[in-house]
Amino acid sequence: MWNRIYALFVARNLEFVRDRSALAWSLLLPILIIFVFAFAFTEENPEKFKVGVIPGGVSEGAAAAFKETRFINFIEFDEVETNLFKVERHQVDMLFDPNTHRYWINQTSPNGYIVEKLLVAAYVDAPESLQQILVEGDEIRYIDWVIPGVIAMNIMWGALFGIGYVIVRYRKFGVLKRLRATPVTAMEFLSAQILSRLWLLVAVNTVIFICMDYFVGFRMLGSYFNLFLVFTLGCINLICCGLVVAARISTEEVANGVLNLLSWPMMFLSGVWFSLEGAHPWMQKFSLVLPLTHVTEAAREIMIDGAGIVQISDHLLVLGVSAVILLIIGARIFQWE
Amino acid sequence: MPVILQVSNLVKRFGQLTAVNDISFEIHQGSCFGLLGPNGAGKTTTIEMMEGIKTPDVGTIRYHGEALGQQFRNEAGIMFQTTALQEFITVREIMVQFSRFYPNTSSIDELADRYALHEFLNQDTRKLSGGQKQRLLLAMALINKPKILFLDEPTTGLDPQSRRNLWKQVQLIKEQGATILLTTHYMEEAYELCDEIAIMDHGSIIAHDAPDALLTAHFDDVVVQIHANDIPRQIGEQEFQAIYRNGSAHIVTGDVNVTIEHLLRFEIPLDRLRIRARNLEDLFLELTGKELRA
Repeated sequence: MWNRIYALFVARNLEFVRDRSALAWSLLLPILIIFVFAFAFTEENPEKFKVGVIPGGVSEGAAAAFKETRFINFIEFDEVETNLFKVERHQVDMLFDPNTHRYWINQTSPNGYIVEKLLVAAYVDAPESLQQILVEGDEIRYIDWVIPGVIAMNIMWGALFGIGYVIVRYRKFGVLKRLRATPVTAMEFLSAQILSRLWLLVAVNTVIFICMDYFVGFRMLGSYFNLFLVFTLGCINLICCGLVVAARISTEEVANGVLNLLSWPMMFLSGVWFSLEGAHPWMQKFSLVLPLTHVTEAAREIMIDGAGIVQISDHLLVLGVSAVILLIIGARIFQWE
Repeated sequence: MPVILQVSNLVKRFGQLTAVNDISFEIHQGSCFGLLGPNGAGKTTTIEMMEGIKTPDVGTIRYHGEALGQQFRNEAGIMFQTTALQEFITVREIMVQFSRFYPNTSSIDELADRYALHEFLNQDTRKLSGGQKQRLLLAMALINKPKILFLDEPTTGLDPQSRRNLWKQVQLIKEQGATILLTTHYMEEAYELCDEIAIMDHGSIIAHDAPDALLTAHFDDVVVQIHANDIPRQIGEQEFQAIYRNGSAHIVTGDVNVTIEHLLRFEIPLDRLRIRARNLEDLFLELTGKELRA
């Protein structure tokens, strides 16, 4: 059995590595995306200030006057605790509660310093009622935030299309039919495809990660082992998605349609490019169904917050269990022709 | 000779169409069995069921008395009518890949010698000519030293020389003791290679025996063939019951002398006259009223 799996594994690897255009594309695309984002988002609207405000208490007086300030973007937050991290990460310049006249700023934030001056100016008649609370934390650049998602997305494309499209093409041109005429079983064939794709995706994305880290240098607080675990499990999960798609379809056009139908919503609803906070609740719930959400969030928690294995265990569990279910479905409904 | 493969009451339907309609036969060890018939007769569907690629709706196929299983997979060599090979890998690599699938294999260099693969052994499979690809596919089918070899229209699309070469190879394989099952719509090929043939039409077997036995059983006459331009159609059809096809008038006769005297009486030129024995093509025409290659 292992001999047969190994034979298929080697042949698939050779095919992938020698298909130069596909190989170049899978390496260059993510690097290109990262560089575009690195340049486009490092200088993020420097003239614009963002202040989070807790609702109420602004009908009159100093607080109301402050809220009249032009060129500050006031964002309503329902409570302080859950939004404090945004001040820590410089995502908002200040958090202000007009009911208690307390405000939270990050001392290392230049914007925070300026917004504070404006607030104090608005409270010129009653400066003693204002209460400053300092928070700490380094700035999280957009690039740091987006990188886990970009790697996850790259894995998604490679897994879905690399498995789905290739198996459908094999079926269409009769490569599968020829293999069926040998002692190779469906499980052996699928195992070889999974292993080949898995190791290639892990290798390619490790290279991409190292290259980008060398050029851009992003934040990494957690353990590399955990990050590797998340991406590998994500790979397996998305490969199994591709297997289910490829189990029966026999034309590339249909496969293409179904794979796009899966990948595009994941691209935009898994929180790869922008946070889903503030999005409609059903969209947030829906995003939890998508494996890419769990890969992205788990990787983000490790890289940005330094989360350990316990904190990301729920994501790992979802990815692992659904991968097993998808694999069983894929193998069950698989047809050679 | 013992029976190696037994086919009983096979039926296969595709929607409304019954592609194979209740056929049964046995293949004896060491023999070459031919399924002969026009395109669409059900030959490929039958052979693919026997290969285990398609599942019959009704009926059984037994290899050495057992349902097709791992032993059959290990011992069967299969060459499809058309096969796509994995891209971006070389001929040698695909041979290595396939040899890893089986427990008992021939050496790749030996096969390359025998089927003249050396000249393109390190070439990408996409760059092979029709004849080269056919040789490779045959070599791949033989990599597991098969006890039974399935060849589905192995020479379709080949030039006459490549076809003759392949026939020679098949004869050699047979001499080494393998059982062969072959489909073809070339009666010449069936006659040349097969010990036993089954003629198929519309999914059924309409005749089944050794080629010569079939001909003797159906015919005790010969065919006088005259160029169509030499004998006016009216005379040919009325006086000689000739059948016009492929540019010739075919006159079936039990007594050649009488027919020639008769022709001379009508002053038919005999320069392009040919006398031939009845062949499988005639048999097929006789049985179905249509031409094999139509």
